[in-house]
Parts: sequence; C-alpha cells; structure tokens
Amino acid sequence: MPLSDTTRLVAGKEAPLSGFTRLLRQLHIDGPLLGALLMICGFGIAVLYSAVGESLRLTLNQVLRLGVALVGMLIVAQFPPDFLRRWTPWAYLGGLVLLILVLTSGVVSQGARRWLDIGIRFQPSEIMKLAVPMMAAWYLHHRPIPPRPLQLLTLAALIVLPTVLIAKQPDLGTALLIAASGVIVIVLAGLPIRVMVALGVLAVPGALVLWNFMQDYQKQRVLTLLNPDSDPLGAGYNIIQSKIAIGSGGLFGKGWTNGTQAHLEFLPERDTDFIFAVIGEEFGLLGVLMLLGLYLFVVGRGLWIAAHARDTYSRLLAGSISLTFFVYVFVNTAMVSGLVPVVGVPLPLVSFGGTSMVTLMAGFGILMSIHSHRKLLPH
Amino acid sequence: MSLLTSIKDHHSERRVFIARIILASVVAGLLLAIVIVRLVQLQVIDYEHFAERAQGNRVRIEAVPPIRGLILDRKGRVLAENRPAYQLELIPEQVDDVDDTLQRLANLELIEATDIDRFKTLIARGPRFKPVTLNLQMTDKEVAHFAIQRPRFPGVDFRPRLIRHYPDGPAVAHAIGYVGALSEADLQRLDPARYSGTGQTGKSGVEYSFESQLHGDPGYRHVVTNARGRVVTIETGELLDSLPPDAQPTPGHNVFLSIDLDLQRIAYDALGGQRGAVVAIDPWTGELLALVSSPSFDPNLFAAGMSSTQFNGLQSDTERPLFNRAVRGTYPPGSTIKPMLALAALETGATNLTRKSVCIGWFSLPNSTHRYRDWRPEGHGPMDLHDAIAQSCDVYFYEVSIDLGIDNLNHYLDQFGLGQPTGIDVPGEKSGINPSREWKAATFRNPADQRWYNGETVIASIGQGYMLATPLQLASAAATLATRGTRYRPHLVAAWEDPLTGERQLVRPERLADVEIENEFYWETVIDAMHSVMQGPRGTARAVGTGAPYAMAGKSGTAQVFTVAQEEEYDEEEIEYRLRDHALFIAFAPVENPQIAVAVIVENGSSGSRVAAPVARAIMDQYLEIDDAP
Repeated sequence: MPLSDTTRLVAGKEAPLSGFTRLLRQLHIDGPLLGALLMICGFGIAVLYSAVGESLRLTLNQVLRLGVALVGMLIVAQFPPDFLRRWTPWAYLGGLVLLILVLTSGVVSQGARRWLDIGIRFQPSEIMKLAVPMMAAWYLHHRPIPPRPLQLLTLAALIVLPTVLIAKQPDLGTALLIAASGVIVIVLAGLPIRVMVALGVLAVPGALVLWNFMQDYQKQRVLTLLNPDSDPLGAGYNIIQSKIAIGSGGLFGKGWTNGTQAHLEFLPERDTDFIFAVIGEEFGLLGVLMLLGLYLFVVGRGLWIAAHARDTYSRLLAGSISLTFFVYVFVNTAMVSGLVPVVGVPLPLVSFGGTSMVTLMAGFGILMSIHSHRKLLPH
Repeated sequence: MSLLTSIKDHHSERRVFIARIILASVVAGLLLAIVIVRLVQLQVIDYEHFAERAQGNRVRIEAVPPIRGLILDRKGRVLAENRPAYQLELIPEQVDDVDDTLQRLANLELIEATDIDRFKTLIARGPRFKPVTLNLQMTDKEVAHFAIQRPRFPGVDFRPRLIRHYPDGPAVAHAIGYVGALSEADLQRLDPARYSGTGQTGKSGVEYSFESQLHGDPGYRHVVTNARGRVVTIETGELLDSLPPDAQPTPGHNVFLSIDLDLQRIAYDALGGQRGAVVAIDPWTGELLALVSSPSFDPNLFAAGMSSTQFNGLQSDTERPLFNRAVRGTYPPGSTIKPMLALAALETGATNLTRKSVCIGWFSLPNSTHRYRDWRPEGHGPMDLHDAIAQSCDVYFYEVSIDLGIDNLNHYLDQFGLGQPTGIDVPGEKSGINPSREWKAATFRNPADQRWYNGETVIASIGQGYMLATPLQLASAAATLATRGTRYRPHLVAAWEDPLTGERQLVRPERLADVEIENEFYWETVIDAMHSVMQGPRGTARAVGTGAPYAMAGKSGTAQVFTVAQEEEYDEEEIEYRLRDHALFIAFAPVENPQIAVAVIVENGSSGSRVAAPVARAIMDQYLEIDDAP
C-alpha cells in the first residue's frame, strides 16, 4: 500500500514515487481533489448537454470554459501561499476599485449593473469571491487568535464594504455569499460561540432592516418561497416546475436527455441556476446523491488540506474556500428543491457560465498550492 | 501592533481551528441531510404526485376535425364537396416585423391592403405560436408566386387543408347555402366540444339546417406540448408510449337533396341574371326539384374566405345577390291566385259555371265612383268563369269577390298555405300576408285603419293590396292545384347517408291537411281553365304553352309595384325600370298526371305570361321529356 503524502511528510523522508504522482507533485496538483473535480465537471457537461437541448455548440463552449478554468487552476497552484499572502491587500484594493468602477461606469444588463467592459466583459464581484476571504485571512495571519473585539470590527468593515458595493449593483445573492466567505474565516479563526449566538439574536432585527433594503423582486422571491402556489404563473412558476422535475425523476430518473420538464421547456433557467432539477429529473435520487457525494468529497478534501496547512493564512483561506464551496452547493440545491428563496446562485461546476467556473477553479488552485507547498513553509 | 498581541500560540491556534473545522463539518452535514431528506420527500414519498403533474404538464388532447359530409342532388351529382387547397399562414412569433411582412405580402397581391388592419388585430389577439390564416385558398398562381418569394418571408408559409367547394356555385347557392368561418355567435349555438379543431360551419341553406348531420364528430389524439403550448414532434420512445390511445373522427353524413341539378341550371340560366326566383316542386311528395334565386353569388367565396372588399361589394350590391328571393322574397301574387279564388267561389256558391259578367274595363262598388281597372283598358266583354281565368279578366273576379267576401277568400287561400310558413327545411323563410279582418285589426293601430273595407276585398281578389306571397308558397299552391287538393310539405333534403356504413335515412313526405272542396268537379273546371291559359285559343300564355308535347296548366300574374294614380294613363316607358310590374307565373304538368309544379317570379318583368312563363316551360320540358330516371 503506497504511503500518502502526509505519511511521507511526517516520516520526513522521500518514499519512492510513481511517475504520474511525481508529475502531479511537480505541477503542484492534488490528485484526489483533481479527480473529484473532473468527475463533477464531466457529469456536469453531460447534464448540460441535455439541459441546453442537446446543442453541441453550447456544450463545447462550456468544455472550452472548463479548459480555461483548469489552466487557471494550474497557474494559481504554482504560486506559493506566501506569495499569495503578500499580494492579498493589493488584490483586495484592486477589487474594491473595480467594484466602484462598476457602480459608476458599469454595463447595465437585465436591470443590474454588474459588468465591466475592458475588451472583455467580466464581473469584478468574482474577484471578491476570493479576495475577501484572502483579505480576512491576511488580516488575522499575524494577529493572535481568537480575534479581539476591535479586530473583529476591522474585519467586519473589510467584509461589509465589498458586500454593500455588490448588493448595490444589485446582486444580493453574490453579496451574501461573499459576506459568508469572510464570516467563515472569522468563525474558523475561533470567534467565541457566545459572540456567534449573540450575533444570531441580533440577526433578527438585522433581517428586518435588510427586508427594507430589498428590491421588490427579492421580496417577492421570499414571499413566493413561503407559498409558491400563490403565484403559479409568476414568481412561483420556477419553484413549482423544478419541484415537479425533481419529484417526477423518482429513484432512478427518466434517463439522460429524456427529462420532459427540461426538454419541453417547462423548467425555466434549466441550463443555469436550475440545472440541479434536470439532474434530479433525468438521473433520479441516485444520480443526485452521487453528485452530492462528489461535492462532499471535494469539501472534505478541502477541509483536510486546511487542517494540515502550516500557517494561519493558509489554514483560514483553505477552510473558507472549502466551506464557501459547500455553501454554494447547499444554497443552490436547497433553492431548487424549494427549501430557501431563489437567490440566483448557480450550481458550482455544473451550471452554464464561464466566470464562476474560473473563480471556483482558481480557489481550488489555491487549495492545491497550500497543500503542495507545505514543506517549503516555515513552521 | 504591540509585542504581546503579535505573539501567536500556533499549537492552541491549530487546536481551535481543528475544533472549528469539525463544528463546521457537523453543521454542513446537518444542512446536507436536510437537502437529502427533502429530495427523498420529493422523489420517493411524493413521486406519484409529481410524476402525474409532469405528465399533465406536457400531454394535451388535440381534436382531429371530421370530414364534412357531401351534398348531392337527387341523381347523386355533387353539389358540395371538400377540396384540398393551400392556405397562407403567418406564425406571429417567427415574424420579426409583422407590419412590414403584411405590407410586403400586400405588395405581392397575396393579401389585400384593406385587410392588413384586420390581420393585425387577429395577430395581436391570439397566442404568439398559433398560426393566423391570411388567405384561405391560394390560387395556383399565388402558390407559385409565393414559393419563389418564400425565403424573404420567415414565419409565413402555405399549408394544405380541406376546404368546402361548390362546383356549381351560383346556380345552387341559394338552395344549399354555404359554410363560413366559425364565429363567436356560432359557438354560443353549437357544442364547442364538437367544433374544436373545426374552423367552419354552415351559415345558410341546407349547410346550416343540416349542420348536425353534415358535421360529423371530431376524433382526438394526444400530443406532447412544450411549456408554450406548442405541439412538439418527438421520436418514438418512452414519451410517446405512455400516451393513451387516440380516437378517429367520424365523418359527417352525406346529404342527398331532392334538387335536380339539370333543372336548377336551366332555371338559373333562364332567369339570365334578372332579379327573380324559380321554385319547382314534385306535387306528390313536396320534394323541391329546383330552388333558384337570381342574381346569385359564388358560395365558394364564403368557404374560401373573401376579402372585406369582396364582402362589402356583395352586401352593398343593389341587385341584392345574397337575398334568397325564393323563400324570403314576398311579392303580391297578382292573378296567380285566381284559380284558387275560383275554387272558393264555386265551393261557397259565390259564383257558378253559368254566371257571366260583362267586362267593360273597370268596376265600381255601389255608391262609389272609384274605378277598379281591368288590366285590359278596353275590357274583355262577356265572361264566364272559364274565360275569366283563361283570359285573366279582373272585372269578373272583382264582382265575384263581393259575393265571396273577405272571410271566405281568406279561408280558402289559407288552405292553400298562403300567409303562413311552408315549413321548408332551410332557415329564414317568410310567411307573406293573407289578409283578413283579424289580420287588419291586429296589424294597424289607428282604429279607422283596423276596419276592413269592401274595396280591399276587391283588390285582394286579384292578389294585390295587402296580399304578399313567397315564390315557395306559390309553387306549393300550384302543386296543390295539381294534386286537386292534396298537400305535402315542401322540402329540399331527401335523405342522408352514413359514409362508413352506407346506411341511409330517408325523409318521408309529410302530408298536410287537404284543401276542402266538396265537389271534385270544381277542380277539373278550374284546371281546365288553367289548361286553356297555356294551350287554349285565347289563353294569356298560349304563346308559351303551344307546341308542348304534354298538357300544361298555368296562370300568369302581373303584380303592380305601386298603385297608379286615378285617371292617369299607365305608361310603362315613362316609369323607371324599378317600378315596372313584377312578372309571375305558376304552372303544373301534365294536367292529368301532374309530375311537376313551378312558380316563377321576375321582378319588374312586366308581364307574367311573356317573361315568367317561358322559364317554367323550359323547366318542364327538361323534367318531363329528358328525365328518364326511375
């Protein structure tokens, strides 16, 4: 039985490696993580092919994006965590500037100002998905843990600032997820349980304030979640149709490309936010559980990497990236199955779309960098 | 940053971190468990419910319209059939610029510019995926023309379908009616379930009154639709296999008319486009052999859908081609009622076979100076009943009418069916007027007008004044004279047949109450006089009847359109054509063994014997000589 990397590290001696493993190590790639990611992406491509109405063009388009994202991951994995940490404040500041630019001169599409056009169109909020947890981890790197109240306030400011900028676009879903990735860092850094409970209690009036800040369509989504049948042709339509899709899939599903809800276009946004319903319809409970298992493995591997990271920055960042990934999975699956309001979160690595794929893969690149550069790090 | 705060305890920090990772994992595990429980609930516990809803979402029942029954004449010749035709359709959701597309179609003369607004309304009203028909029946030239231009018209295409076709169009239009687009009003009347998928329904004539036999029953098939309700074609497989079985439509019954197409054509041609009507009837069954109203229209225009210009043209035409004169036109019957009046007078004793009047060209009531003029200003001289009928002497009947009285006059004409609907099997029939004291009292409001005057009896005796009758009523009356009092209800439909089984439903002749004339001899007296009209030495229509190889009985009539003022010479040439007298004629043949009775009316034809009678002769020649059918 071959020894694991960790065993070898603990043993402090180089065990003989196979050629492939050596290649992965030289490329700073984590084999198990890459394997699970590729399985998810492969499955995702197959589902997407069905969801876009068996359009080869759109599917190849997505394959191409996946390729770009994997290359991005590979590049990011080559940067040692130390390097990433040193550049973290600049990345964060740059992201803030871009967010401000979005609000002043961004491109408006579908009633929201989320894009910057500098030759290519992109969403600066994507940068913040990584920059915010990096910044929070950077801030805590040299400071004692758990953080003191004053430090907590500074951290809160670092998180709230980009969150508010993104919420103003408006893109509440992304804003909340970015805030979550920052908060996860603080929680992992040992935020006292009583403080968390206190904040939880304060969250109730906070939610009421938030309600007043919400756009009408966002309020509608919450109300619709509570009773989707009240508006079956309007806002509740998505949830009703996605529940029918998932439920009618049963245990084994209707079979690949045989989903009636998806193929007869009853299911809206079936290639993007609601693609999980297509999986439920065509592959049934077993297919869904298999996918969730893969996601769980990715999250678990990420947390394992975090647990074995050698410094505070790496640890917190790896933990946040892994758990935020889980939050994406949870929010999307819960929203598509009608457990939480529709907040516009894609199913990671499966939903159609390029930028989120690149960001996610860059995050996994960071995880791999953290894992593979360990022995070079000072203790 | 002070030294103290910068001191980090890496081991405790890692311990705290690991603890938090475990905490987070537990929370994540719980959240995931919630999602999985939810999925189990949806996919296992409520599976049946959602599977059913998914099925209900996509499967829709679509009606398959039945094929409309044919309409055939008494010899099985087709009067109405279904023909494949190409129709031009526009699918709104596939057209970028509807206004521009319609305008360009109009420029190509595939649609009329005046209809563009109507189409826009239709397009705006319906669902975006549902085709809007722009042209129900494209000519071959239009199809060829459009085929070349097709790439320039995305979302516009032509499609084959069955449309109603009437091979003999105008000649039979008023007998069989026509079909037209199903309207909101039609759907109030008809069962919408039977008409789902059908675009047309009978609008008039037999097409209307025998709609339930002709229409048939729609079948249905299950189709898979997408979220926008559009039917999608899918390959075989699980999707199709799960559908319930379909049902074939039941075609409508073929309806056989008693109409003889040859007679119909002859009658139509004989009228030659003049305003008028011809009704021919088999006296022993009530079967209508011909029912023509002229001028006519092409019923194919309704079936194929006409432009608003065409429709407005038909509607505003002063010749009124859409007006069915045979059953809806009411005319003063004029002298055509004299045979019936003669029977009434003989039966009641108001006259007898020896009574003679001297006709001096006019008649006055006692103590009155008003002159009721004979059509012949110089008079006919001494007249008995036979001569009075044969030469149509008005003065004789003026005198007899005073002895007969309005009550008897009304009673006997009533027995011949005047003043009441005949009950023909097509809609819209008029009753005409058979005036009486009661009728007058009920009709007028002014008490002075409600009284019946003797002078009114006088003019009623020559079928003028209040009296009005339809050509159909006069034909039925002629048939009653032919049968010597036996009456049958006139009808157009002889039978209908199930095209699948060949099973026929025959329409039995419906016998009505006989005309009560005690003395059979009176019939022969009157008919002999009518025979003289046609073939006697001084008969008014001898020019028409002479030379016929069969014995023919008839009576002409000339009905005034307006009353000529007293002491004023009646100069036909001075008055406008429209105010000329209507020409009427009733006849039957052969006299001893009647097989056909005819009524002819030519509006403003001036002379019944000269204008209307030849039409009747042409029909009888055709029916009695050439008709060798069993």
